[in-house]
Amino acid sequence: MSSPTDDDRDLVMHRIREALRIRRQGLPSPGDAERYRELLPVVGDDLEARIERFREWSERLRTEFIVCSRDELDARLAALRETHGWQRGACHSAALPSRALAAAGLKNDHALVIDDTGGATYEKTVLEVCDVAFSSCDALVAQTGSVLLTSRGAGGRALSVLPPHHVVLATAEQLVPDLPAAMALVRERHGEDLPSLVTLHTGPSRTGDIERTIVLGAHGPKKLTVILILP
Amino acid sequence: MPARSTSFKAAAAAYTRKRDTRAFLRGSMTGYLTARAQRESEFQDWQAAREAASAAKAEAVDHLDRYLPEFVEKIEARGAKVFFARNGDRARDYIRDVIREHDAKCIVKSKSMTGEEIHLTETLEQEGYEVVESDLGEYIVQLRGERPFHIVAPAMHLRREEVRELFAEKLGPEAGRSDDPTALTMDARRAIRRKYLEADIGISGVNFAVAETGQMVICTNEGNGRLSTSLPKVHIAIMGIEKVVPRLDDLALLLPMLATAGTGQHLTGYTTMIGGPRQPGEPDGPEEFHLVIMDNGRSTLLADAEQRDALHCIRCGACIHLCPIFKNVGGHTYDTTYMGPIGSVITPHLRGLQEWRHLPASSSLCGACTETCPVRIDLHHHLLHNRRNAAASQPVWWERLAFRGYRALALRPGLFAMAGKAGRFFQKLATPLLGSPLDPARQWTRCRTLPNPPEQSFREWWSERENTATDRE
Repeated sequence: MSSPTDDDRDLVMHRIREALRIRRQGLPSPGDAERYRELLPVVGDDLEARIERFREWSERLRTEFIVCSRDELDARLAALRETHGWQRGACHSAALPSRALAAAGLKNDHALVIDDTGGATYEKTVLEVCDVAFSSCDALVAQTGSVLLTSRGAGGRALSVLPPHHVVLATAEQLVPDLPAAMALVRERHGEDLPSLVTLHTGPSRTGDIERTIVLGAHGPKKLTVILILP
Repeated sequence: MPARSTSFKAAAAAYTRKRDTRAFLRGSMTGYLTARAQRESEFQDWQAAREAASAAKAEAVDHLDRYLPEFVEKIEARGAKVFFARNGDRARDYIRDVIREHDAKCIVKSKSMTGEEIHLTETLEQEGYEVVESDLGEYIVQLRGERPFHIVAPAMHLRREEVRELFAEKLGPEAGRSDDPTALTMDARRAIRRKYLEADIGISGVNFAVAETGQMVICTNEGNGRLSTSLPKVHIAIMGIEKVVPRLDDLALLLPMLATAGTGQHLTGYTTMIGGPRQPGEPDGPEEFHLVIMDNGRSTLLADAEQRDALHCIRCGACIHLCPIFKNVGGHTYDTTYMGPIGSVITPHLRGLQEWRHLPASSSLCGACTETCPVRIDLHHHLLHNRRNAAASQPVWWERLAFRGYRALALRPGLFAMAGKAGRFFQKLATPLLGSPLDPARQWTRCRTLPNPPEQSFREWWSERENTATDRE
């Protein structure tokens, strides 16, 4: 097996340096987050406007978007279980997802709870047969109707893509206006200790590879539900 | 005539005769055009966004000597094993070594144009590994034993009936029972899902590499990029040296622009930033993460300051969608990894100018590509630059002779006038022969009509006019 020392690093870097002996003149100076914000689609300032934009995108993307108070949460989850006919559920050990699993009445022998500390491993085949996965998120992005997840804060990598239905639980202060804010949040919260995976999920899994017809559930979740909990 | 050029012309002629296919593809474009126009209009200023995107990529590419090492250092610090490959052979050998070391049998792969560039899947299959392309379009063309028709929509040339027949033949009795795209997609979902759980290795491409944070980004709509990099115990990613962007913030601009230009979406369904293998305290993820960074001719393009902006390309495929040549000759005719305008610009750099000089020649120079490019690559001028460079480094003998002859005439007014007269006379005589098999310029004249020659030249007309004026005085 090749060891890193016999790769072409020095050669390729040498070629790059040689190629760049002539720099282009008059290149425009690059922008920053503030500049990008002036170019990207507008998002309103207050919480209502953000919720409205998130709702618009959810409709277009066919994300199920539910806004409820903390008191209503359990009843909403019980109703969702009825609607979707969940039998087996999975979640990670954070407070909200665990509560959701219980509220949906899925805290049974079949349930899978992924240990957030990474102390215990789990069987992927067990996760694969689950009907639904509950997870927290790092943020919701109003501008694009996206959910920002990390491998540290959302039960690892597979929980949010392997089961056919992903339910995300978020609180009002997690709803950020736009993509520059989402990137700033990643930088500020995780800085030099980045989780191995940071991901934006925008709607359920989709494809248009056959005659450009949109089909949901190509590989990942066929359904995505986002529950925004108001204080 | 060189073999490449001959086979290009033959394939183009064959494809242009397929009127049904061309009409079908034209029809499937309307949805894209509408959606894209809608997405662009949602930006506060799409044209300024193109300028900003171009500036971000220019900053990265012109300072690759700084940003690439910065990216590598950051991602290595989290345990990524980075391998630099000078060419495709080195990249393939390394990937094969990793696979062998893990004694892997099954490999699940999400879309990678860099992988296509080095025929990674075919190579591994020939060595007896099971490689499953997980992007639906790639999966379909893989089952058909074809190359992608388009870098973003590999199976766009196929109708649902063709996909149904293919699945019925290849995926067992349960599959291909209906023409419905939903049913067909579910057939593929079932077939590939098993592979995610079985696979020992996941291979992916890279859309962006962020120098500031040392993260590589994969964009997929299906979530296949997420699954391929989450379940197998080893993840191998492959990227070209030019994928780097300076800052995390640049993604906030480039991601929606890639989606808008590529598919008319506002953002790709799954945008995933990977910074290494599973980290301490994380419940799952690959134990090993290998990142192959490949040159394979890109540094040659980098050295050409005039065309360096071709390395800004984010592979959205918009120029291909809009190109009148692509619409008329089809994606397979190019016989390259990158088809359409961007392919005709970069292929001669990556694979040899003389061998591929017919590609930049096959353009109407209409400029639709340059106008649509989200990072403002000056595509149609680069097609001209390639033509110029090809002619300068290896001129065609008869062209050179013709221009020399013209020069001789143009320097001698008397001779020029005589030649003009003779030319007008012979053109009249030769008119019945134009476009016939006896015509040496038949390729050009058989489908074009020359205008009738004028009775007199401009100079004759002018001197006649001067004489009349003098007479009047």
